[in-house]
Amino acid sequence: MDRKQFFESLKPNFLTSTEEEKPGLGSGSADNTQFKSAGSGLTRRTNTGIKAYAGTFGDAELLHLMRRSMFGVKYGEFKKLRGKTLQQAVDAILTVPASLPNPPINNYGNLVTDPNVAYGSTWVNAPLDPAVELYRKGSVKNWIWGLMANQTPDIQAKMVLFWHNHFALQFLEIPDSRACYTYTKVLYTHALGNMKDLTRAITIDPAMLFYLNGRLNTKRAPDENYGRELQELFTMGKGPNSKYTEDDVKAAARVLTGWNINPLTNPFTTTFLNTNHDTTDKKFSAFYGNTVIKGQSGINAGNTELDDMLTMMFKVDEVALYLCRKLYEFFVYYEIDDTVETNVIVPLAKVFRDSGYDVKTVLKTLLSSEHFYDTWNRGCVIKDPITQQAGFCREMELPFPASTDYFLLYKMWELGSAFGELTQLNLGDPPNVAGWPAWYQKPMFHRSWINSDTLPKRNQFTDYLLLVGYKVGTYTLLVDPWILTKQLSDPGTPDTLISDATNFLLPMGLSAGQISGLKEILLPGGIPDYNWNDEYRAATDASDPNHKTALTTATSKLRYLYKAIMNLSEYQLS
Amino acid sequence: MKRRSFVKATAAAGTLLPITLNGMGVKAYEDNPLFNALGRRSADGKVLVIINLSGGNDGLNTLIPVDQYSNLSKARNSILLPDTKVLSLNGKSGVGLHNKLTGLQELYNNGLVSAIQAVGYPNPSYSHFRATDIWNSGSDSNESWTTGWIGRYLDSRFAGYPSTYPTAAMPDPLAIQIGQMVSLAFMGSSVSMGMAITDPNSFYNLANGTTDKTPDTPAGHELAFLRLMAQQSNQYATIVKNAAAKGTNKSTKYPATAGRQPLADQLKIVAKLISGGLKTPVYMVTLGGFDTHSQQVDTTDHTTGMHANLMQQLGDAIAAFQDDLKLLGLDNRVVGMTYSEFGRRVISNASDGTDHGAAAPMFVFGNAVQGGVIGANPVIPSTVTVNDNVPMQYDFRQIYASVLKDWFELSDADVKSAMGNKSFNTLPIFKTNSATVEDYVDLVSRISLNKIYPNPATENTDIEYFTESGNVKITVFDAMGQQVAILKEGWHAHGTYTVNFAVSGLRKGNYYVQLSQGEKRQTEVLLVQ
Repeated sequence: MDRKQFFESLKPNFLTSTEEEKPGLGSGSADNTQFKSAGSGLTRRTNTGIKAYAGTFGDAELLHLMRRSMFGVKYGEFKKLRGKTLQQAVDAILTVPASLPNPPINNYGNLVTDPNVAYGSTWVNAPLDPAVELYRKGSVKNWIWGLMANQTPDIQAKMVLFWHNHFALQFLEIPDSRACYTYTKVLYTHALGNMKDLTRAITIDPAMLFYLNGRLNTKRAPDENYGRELQELFTMGKGPNSKYTEDDVKAAARVLTGWNINPLTNPFTTTFLNTNHDTTDKKFSAFYGNTVIKGQSGINAGNTELDDMLTMMFKVDEVALYLCRKLYEFFVYYEIDDTVETNVIVPLAKVFRDSGYDVKTVLKTLLSSEHFYDTWNRGCVIKDPITQQAGFCREMELPFPASTDYFLLYKMWELGSAFGELTQLNLGDPPNVAGWPAWYQKPMFHRSWINSDTLPKRNQFTDYLLLVGYKVGTYTLLVDPWILTKQLSDPGTPDTLISDATNFLLPMGLSAGQISGLKEILLPGGIPDYNWNDEYRAATDASDPNHKTALTTATSKLRYLYKAIMNLSEYQLS
Repeated sequence: MKRRSFVKATAAAGTLLPITLNGMGVKAYEDNPLFNALGRRSADGKVLVIINLSGGNDGLNTLIPVDQYSNLSKARNSILLPDTKVLSLNGKSGVGLHNKLTGLQELYNNGLVSAIQAVGYPNPSYSHFRATDIWNSGSDSNESWTTGWIGRYLDSRFAGYPSTYPTAAMPDPLAIQIGQMVSLAFMGSSVSMGMAITDPNSFYNLANGTTDKTPDTPAGHELAFLRLMAQQSNQYATIVKNAAAKGTNKSTKYPATAGRQPLADQLKIVAKLISGGLKTPVYMVTLGGFDTHSQQVDTTDHTTGMHANLMQQLGDAIAAFQDDLKLLGLDNRVVGMTYSEFGRRVISNASDGTDHGAAAPMFVFGNAVQGGVIGANPVIPSTVTVNDNVPMQYDFRQIYASVLKDWFELSDADVKSAMGNKSFNTLPIFKTNSATVEDYVDLVSRISLNKIYPNPATENTDIEYFTESGNVKITVFDAMGQQVAILKEGWHAHGTYTVNFAVSGLRKGNYYVQLSQGEKRQTEVLLVQ
């Protein structure tokens, strides 16, 4: 089933249904008088900088840190860090697993025979096989979504998405799925490592050699594709002081001539063909201090010249500034005005440069800063589709099938992958080498995730898994609303249930009108609170004579309560 | 106030009573100048469909300068079509279309296509992202604008959007993009003027937000934006769904199976929405895949391959769309326009592809269009290096200005404002136009670069040119499109002139000497050794 058919298949029971308005949640027009100027339209900004935050580090601050660093938070993960100091919490978020995630597997064995790979085993070390390549592409696409939804409680997965957006390439353009896997592995390996090392690894990564034609870049016919994007998108950016020239693009292309892919190894490897390498000197512009990269010959020429060139590039201040701006736009807010540039970006870039481009150091500074915890900067990031969708699955602790049920598990991940695609974040396949416009396109930035096409689909995703469920064969992926509810402090008391749930799920408080709208779901017609106390007790006590009926009605009310919370515009924010 | 009650209230007050002239409905008077004089906005009912060819279309392989074939075959033999396969254009020699653009050829031969040669802008960007932003915003090469050219136009035409919309006068979306993303071209001064649609039949109703005030903080601003989007999605969803249900397609030229020809599928939706009565004045559709760095053609048969498939899709989709509009009786109301962020390098690379380039042709089509080719063929040097690009003849904003002025009938002042307070001369793209030249034939005659000698030159060269009386400009560009010198600028009496150009000190390579008078252009290559 392709994506289109898949989406069509959801329609009959769901898409065409019209949700009735829930009473009490209000209706009418939003106040939009604030949209009279470009960008966010803000009239002022905050002056806070990167000094360590010294204020209270309570639940709100901890959840702010966790929401921004992860794809949604599970209640247990939150409880584990509750009461810790800022530094303990930041250290926990920055401590990532030493081992890499398990590779994608043959999840297609029930549909087609892969002569080299058993059902349930990984195909990443098997020979390339055109007959099953398409299935492997599906496998790696679903797998990478699964990685996000099954992330460890730290910043690693989110940084993988950050780098995937930064060093963007498109899986569907890579004719060998094994290269999609090794590319992802590079992002995991270096996610919190050294940016220069990561840039080097990506430059000669097989998938990137495919994607930006590095493999076709030879001394006889230099191909400028990678040499250009290396500077424009990966290191220097397009800031006002990024002044590399068209000749620098050509010179970088010549430095990189000769790198290629050896498709005969399993998994295949990067190789360097010195006969294709341009051995002449490469002269760079004044932007790079008129550096000449000495032309090399022999089998080490490629490595030597690449190292020389990256050393030259990472001497330029612009690299750290560019990356810090991107980190800021990803983790804090999209608007960088002069105050933020001066108080945050410039000092943060210095920290990054002084650390020798250590990503963990720069993240630690940012995530511990008074600027990050400034109430001004909370709740203002519009969730990217993965954060909204995988985040929802994590928050509600959606019961995914066991990892031994290969076909079914990947099938469920496919739902997330497909909805990501329908809402603009097709994991593995950004729109182009610049990544997703929400992370670079002025003035909309994050707002470009949201339009009349995508916002309904975002709501549809959460509604679907809360009310209907995704059915494959006899299996239905459906939220069990009790999993989260039972972890809250006092779910039998309606006011506490609502405040616990909304404090946990939303980055900002609600108005009295919104809260009474939510309460109306538990207690229709304004009946007294004790009705929910009774219903909750009966629903959770198997010995209660009304247990069965109460369980049915309370479960349904909880589904609609969470649905209403997820449908609030506030839920799209982090 | 809800839309329905608003309509009721204003109808009761008499403002919405149908306008009649001598007892006849407005319909019969749509094209009557008297009617326009009565104050009806003349742009009403007119539609512009923008086709974005994303990735940088190889213009030299689209509108092909057949008279340059010997030099073209030296520069790009690995991807060049056999000249016998190039499609000819009625009444036009020396230039033709890619062999797969049969659909576009048929339209051209029926007088429905205006092809504008070598469209670009001074000091071109070779970055996809910068170049795309420049084309969508309409800025100069060294400027970064956050609003789009269509957004600025719609901003002025529909003041106050979005807070008071939909209105009785404009009940429909202002601009529709078929796809998930709304282009920067639609960005107005505060919000995007466009909405994105992937399938006009499937909308999902959103829960209504609240009227609670949002604080003046970043979170408050984003929240207000989200609530507005939710509200608008609901309002416009019903409108678009109804139009799709009411609309129809009549052409049999669309592909039988949806999903294989994305451009035709998108244009089919556009035709359906227009026929369903949407008043939306601007649509945008996209065909991607033009970034043909490698394997642009099938090496064994250059008439097939990646770029040929794109050309086929483009020509067939436009032909089906135009056929549909004709059958639906909408062909007088709709024009289409193609654009791409840049053309490609003259020389082909070793991957049987082409790298990022500069100027490239644009096509405008429809009944209102004056058929023909505007501008001269690009001149291809005999020795081409990796640096050589097609120099621009026309600025892309001249085409935009022509659309706004001659199609949407904006005043000069409004065109200038939509172009970011810059003035651009219009071109004779439409049958009724404001161009200072009468037609495209005017554009290529009555001035000539007679000779450049010596050429190649090492120190000095003389440029001999002829002109009718008028203002003449001689500009020299280097191969990357950077302006190197203006040799002459000013009034000339009818006659032949010579100007000297000192080339010593210039980098070795090809330069382009461009003689221009008004919108007439002639370009020749000067090789500096």
